[in-house]
Amino acid sequence: MVTTTSTTITSCYHCGNECGESPYRLDDKSFCCAGCQGVYQILNSSNLCNYYVYNDSPGQIRPARQQHFEYLDEPSIVVRLADFIDDDVTIITFYIPAIHCSSCIWLLEHLHKLDKAVVNSRIDFLKKEVTVTFRHDKLSLRKLVELLSSISYEPLISLQDVVKEKKNSVNRDLIKKIAVAGFCMGNVMLFSFPEYFGLSSREQEFKTLFNWLNLAFAIPVTFYCGRDFFISAYTGLKNRMFNLDSPLALIIAVLFLRTSFEVITQTGPGFTDTLSGLVFLLLMGKWVKQRTYYHLSFERDYRSYFPVAVTVIRQGTEKPVAINELHVGDRMLIRNHEIIPADSILMKGNGYIDFSFVTGEASPVEKVLGEMVYAGGRHLGDAIELEVVKPVSQSYLTRLWNNQTFAAPESRIKNFNDSIARYFSTVVFILAIGASAYWMINDDTAKAWGAFTAVLIVACPCVLALSTPFTLSAVLGIFDRNRFYLKNTDVVEQLARIDTLVFDKTGTISSPEAVNISFSGELRRDQQEMIASLSRNSLHPLSQEIVKYLGISSFSDVLDYKEITGTGISGIVNGCSVRLGKAAFAGHESDMKAEPSGVHVAINGSCIGYFSMKQEWRPGLKGVISRLKRQFNFHMISGDTHNERKALADIFPSGTSLNFMQSPQDKLEYIRELQASGSMVMMLGDGLNDAGALKQSNLGVAVTDDINNFTPGCDGILDGVSFDKLPRFIEQSRHAVRTIRRSFVVSASYNIIGIYFAVQGTMSPLTAAVLMPVSTITIIAFTSLATHVYAHKNKLK
Amino acid sequence: MNIIYFLIGCSIVMALIFLAAFFWALRDGQHDDMHTPAMRILFDDDKPDETESNQS
Repeated sequence: MVTTTSTTITSCYHCGNECGESPYRLDDKSFCCAGCQGVYQILNSSNLCNYYVYNDSPGQIRPARQQHFEYLDEPSIVVRLADFIDDDVTIITFYIPAIHCSSCIWLLEHLHKLDKAVVNSRIDFLKKEVTVTFRHDKLSLRKLVELLSSISYEPLISLQDVVKEKKNSVNRDLIKKIAVAGFCMGNVMLFSFPEYFGLSSREQEFKTLFNWLNLAFAIPVTFYCGRDFFISAYTGLKNRMFNLDSPLALIIAVLFLRTSFEVITQTGPGFTDTLSGLVFLLLMGKWVKQRTYYHLSFERDYRSYFPVAVTVIRQGTEKPVAINELHVGDRMLIRNHEIIPADSILMKGNGYIDFSFVTGEASPVEKVLGEMVYAGGRHLGDAIELEVVKPVSQSYLTRLWNNQTFAAPESRIKNFNDSIARYFSTVVFILAIGASAYWMINDDTAKAWGAFTAVLIVACPCVLALSTPFTLSAVLGIFDRNRFYLKNTDVVEQLARIDTLVFDKTGTISSPEAVNISFSGELRRDQQEMIASLSRNSLHPLSQEIVKYLGISSFSDVLDYKEITGTGISGIVNGCSVRLGKAAFAGHESDMKAEPSGVHVAINGSCIGYFSMKQEWRPGLKGVISRLKRQFNFHMISGDTHNERKALADIFPSGTSLNFMQSPQDKLEYIRELQASGSMVMMLGDGLNDAGALKQSNLGVAVTDDINNFTPGCDGILDGVSFDKLPRFIEQSRHAVRTIRRSFVVSASYNIIGIYFAVQGTMSPLTAAVLMPVSTITIIAFTSLATHVYAHKNKLK
Repeated sequence: MNIIYFLIGCSIVMALIFLAAFFWALRDGQHDDMHTPAMRILFDDDKPDETESNQS
C-alpha cells in the first residue's frame, strides 16, 4: 500500500464516488473523503457493517456545511414535531430524503445498536419516512437528529411537517368499499349460477331463497359501495354540471330497483350479478386513478421552504425560537446558508443574499446595514443579525402566497369523460324511451318496462369510466419511470390540450449550478493549484465552481485567508499572495471592465486574467424548442435582468416574447392575459416567484434537479435530467387521449350488441352478466397495450 | 336437500369472517405500506456473538 495504482480508479467504499489520487484509507478500504470514512468508522464500531453487504457503496455524501439543531432542544418545538410523548418514550416520524435502498432500511431499523436509548425504528420505504421510538430521558431529540446526520441520514424537518395531515383515511375507505363489493360479487355469482344453468323442478324451492339472498347482498353494494356515485351525481346536478357519475348512479339505481321489483314480485331473478360486478369494477377504476406519490408533495407552500426555527438573540443570549412565535422587534441571527424567515432590517454584518428562488434573480444581492431584507432569501457569508419588522405570516413572500388572486378556479380541468357523458346519456335515454314507447303501442307493458330498464343497464358507460383511469394511470407510470411526476390522471389529459408554453429562466431553462467557465489569460499548473487552494476555503458558489473547473486534487495550505463578502477572497499560498474577486479587488485597470461578472485573479499584485461565467442552459433545451416550435407558442418570463437576452433570442424562434424583470404578480397577470386570449398555457417554473403563475396556468410544472427539494405548488414535477424528454411526454399524453377515444368506439360496439337484445325486451340476466366483464377485459387489455406500444414508439421506457 | 340451507349459512358466515379479518388488517395499518416488508424479509438475522465482520 505504498502507492495507489493510478490506472484503476478506486471508488469510495461508502458512497461509490470516485476517490481522488490519494484516497483516505482504513481497513483496506478507500474513501473519497473524511466524511465517508467517519460514517464507516461509526458503523464499524457498532458492528453494523452488514450495511455494506446488502448493496455496494450504499452511502450518500455528507453535505459539508454544518447544521444547527439547537432548536430541537426547545420543548415547545419537540411537542409539535413528535407523534406521541409519554413519561418514558417519544415517538417521532422523520422524512429522510436519503433513503433509497435496502441497506438504508436495514441500517435505520438497527438504530438501537447505535444508541441504546432507541427502542424501535421502522421505515416506510415509499414515503421515505422513519418512525423512531426512543427514551427521551436518555436521548434528546436533538441528539437523535444529530445521530442520524452523523450517519448521513439527515432528516428534513420543515414547518409543514408540523401540520402533517393524514391522508390514509380516504384510501382506506375506498379499499373497504372494494372489499365489500368484491365479497358481495363473489357470493352473488355463486348464488346466480343455479339460475343460469337452470334448476330442475325439484329444486325450485331454492330459487326464491337464492333470489332473496342476492337482494340482500345488493343492498350494501348499492347503498354502501355505490354511495359516492350518488353523492357525486347529486352535487354535479345541483351545480348544473353533468359528469360521468350521473349516468352511472342512474344505472346503479335502475339495476337495484328492477332487481328488488322482480324478487319481491317473484317475477324473475333480477340483475344482482351485473350490479355487484359493475360497482366492483367502477371502484377498481377509482382506485387505479388514485395513484399517489408518497414521497412527493404537490401542495407545498412557503411553510415547507422555511426552517422550523431561527436563532433569536434575547438579552444577550442566543435562543432558538419557532418561526411562528417570532415577534416584531426580535433580533435574529442568520448563519451562512440559512434562510431569512421574515421581513427584517439588517442590523449587523454584511448581507449577501441569494434571492434566486424567490425572485428569479440569478446573482446574489448585497445588502448594507439598515437595509430592508425580504423573507425567503438565503444568506451566504458570515453570520448576520437582523431585526424583524413584520411577523412571518405577514411578510411579503407569505402574503404573495395567500393572495386571493392566486386561488385559481378548482374545476379548470374538464375531461373527455365528462364532456362525452352528456351526449352518451342523451342517446341512451332516447333509445330507452323509444323502445318502451314501441312496446307500449303494442300493448305489452311488461316488455316496455323490461326494455326501458334493459337499455339503460346494457348501455352502461362503465367501460368509459374504466378505460380513462386505466389508460391514464399507465401513462402516469411511464412518466414516473422517466422522472416526470404528475399530480393525478386528469393532468395527463390537460397536457394533451396545451398549445402555449411559458418558461421561467433561472433554474428552469438554465440550470442554477451548471456554469460554463472559461479563463481568459494564461495559467500555469502551479498557479492553478494556488487558485484552487484558495477558492476551496470559500463557500461562495463561484469559488466552488472554479475549484470544480480547475480539477486540482492536491491542495496547498493557505495562510492569512480573508473573505470579503460580495467582493472577493485573498490569502497567501506557497508564499505568494493571491487575490480573487471583482476587478477592483484584484487590482484590474478600468479597461478590463468588459467582463463585469468575471472573477479576476491577481498573484503577487499582478493581474493574470479572469474567469468568465456564462449561464449554462439545460442540456437539450435547443432540441426541445426546435421539436416543439411548430406546434406551440413560446413565451419566456423571468425575474432576472436582461443580460441574457441575446443568448435566449438565439434559442427561441424569432417572435417569441422574452420578458425580463417580472415580479411574481406580473407573471401571474401575464399567464392570465394569455388565457384570456384563448390559449391553453403550460407554465414551467421552479421557484417561489413562479408559484402564482404555476397555479394560474392550465398546467403548472415545477422543474427541479432534486425532487426531494422544495418545489412550489404545481400539477407536475419534472426532474431536470428529463427536461429533454418534454416533447415526448406531450406526444405520449396526446396518444393516451387518442387511445381513450378509440376504446370508446370499441365499447360502443359492445353496447350496440347489448342494445339489440335490450330493445326487444328479451335480455336475460345471463347476457348482461357475460357482456359486461367481457367488454371490460377487452377494454383494459386494449388500453394498456396501446399505451405501452405508444410509449415504445415515443422512446419512453 | 335441506342440508343446503345449512351449507349456505356456513358459507356466508365463513365469508363474513374473512371479510371481518380483512377489515381488521386494514384498520391495523397492514395495507399502508406494501413495499418495505417485502424488502425487510430478505435481511439476515443478527448474529450477536460475532465479532468478525463477515464481508467477502
